[in-house]
Amino acid sequence: MRLLTELFLTFAQIGAFTFGGGYAMIALIENICVVKKNWLTHDEMMNIAVIAESTPGPIAINCATYVGFRQRGVAGAVAATLGIVLPSFAVIYLIAAYLDAFLQIAWIAHAFAGIKAAVGILILDAGLKMAFKMPKKLLPRSIMLCSAAIMLGANVFARRLSSIVLMLAAAAVSLALFLAGRARERSA
Amino acid sequence: MICLELFLGFLKVGCFAFGGAYGAIPLIRDVVLSHGWLSDEALLSMIAVSESTPGPIMVNLATYVGSAQAGLPGAVAATLAVVLPSFAVILLVTAFLNTALKNPVFQAVLRGLKPCLSGIILATGVYWTGAHCVAGGSFDVRAAALTVVLATFYFGSRRFIKNGISPISLIVSAAVAGAAVYGLV
Repeated sequence: MRLLTELFLTFAQIGAFTFGGGYAMIALIENICVVKKNWLTHDEMMNIAVIAESTPGPIAINCATYVGFRQRGVAGAVAATLGIVLPSFAVIYLIAAYLDAFLQIAWIAHAFAGIKAAVGILILDAGLKMAFKMPKKLLPRSIMLCSAAIMLGANVFARRLSSIVLMLAAAAVSLALFLAGRARERSA
Repeated sequence: MICLELFLGFLKVGCFAFGGAYGAIPLIRDVVLSHGWLSDEALLSMIAVSESTPGPIMVNLATYVGSAQAGLPGAVAATLAVVLPSFAVILLVTAFLNTALKNPVFQAVLRGLKPCLSGIILATGVYWTGAHCVAGGSFDVRAAALTVVLATFYFGSRRFIKNGISPISLIVSAAVAGAAVYGLV
C-alpha cells in the first residue's frame, strides 16, 4: 500500500508541474524516476520513448503506466496513471465552469484572439517536426502530401472527412505495398 | 447516454493519437465538430488554455469537452476513454507483446499511419492559420499581421536560442500582442 501511495503521489507531482505535455514531461520523469527513485534505468527510459513512438497516446501516460506496472503490477500501473492524470483533470474541471464568463471580459477576449494565431503556428510546427523525422523516401512523402492535400481540401470545402478513415486508408496502402513486395521476393 | 457517446468518441481519439501533444488535435476536432460539442472557435480557446495548464493536452481537452457536455460524469467518461488505449497498450507491451512492435507487418502499418497523420496535422495547421486571417469571407489585416510577426518570432528564435522559445512563451506573447493590437488599434 505504501508503494502504491508513493507511485500515485510521485506521478501526481509530475502531472501538476509539467506544462504543455508531451516531451516537456520527459525530462522531469527521467529526473524523478531514474535519478531520484531508481525505479527505472536510463536504458529502460529510452525504451519507453521508442515504444511511445509506435503506440498512441501521450508519452507521459505511457511512462507512468510502465513504471507503475514494473513496480507493483496492474495495481501500480493504475495508481501511477491516475496520479499523472488527476492534476490536469482537476484544473481543467475547475476552469471549464468559468471559461465562458471569463471570455466575456473584453481584454481577455482580445488576448485569446491573439492566441488563436499562436495555436495555428504551434500545430504547423508539430506537423513540420513530425514530417522532418520521417524517413526521406518516396512512399512516406507521397502519403504525407496526399493526406495533407485531401484533408485541406475537405476543410476548405467544408466536407466532413474523418481523420481516422484517412489514416486507416493510408495504413492499408502501406500494408498492401509491403505484402506485395514480400510476395514478389518469395516468388523470385 | 451522452456519457457513452463521450466515452466512445474519446476512445477513438485515444486509439489513433500517434503524433504527440498536437497529433490528437485534428482527431479531437473531428469528434467534437461531428457531434456538435464545440465550435472551431471554442476549440482554439481551449487548446490555448490546455497549453497553459499542466498535463497532456489531449487529456485536458477530453476533460473540458466532457465536463462542458455532461458535468463531472462526462468529464470522467471522456478522460478515462482518452487515457485507456495508451494504458492498455503499455500493459500489453510490457507483459507479453514486446516483440509485436518489431513485427514487420505492424511496422508496415505504422509506416502508413504516421506520414498520414503528419499530413493531417500540417493541413490542420495551414487551415487554421489561413481561416484565422480570412474571417467571415474578408481578409483580416490585423490577424494576418499578428500571425506573420508571431511566426517570425517563434521560428526565428531558434537561430539564437537552442530549441527556440517554448510553446507556452509563444502563447503568452500572443496573448499580450492580441490584447494590445485588438484593444488599442
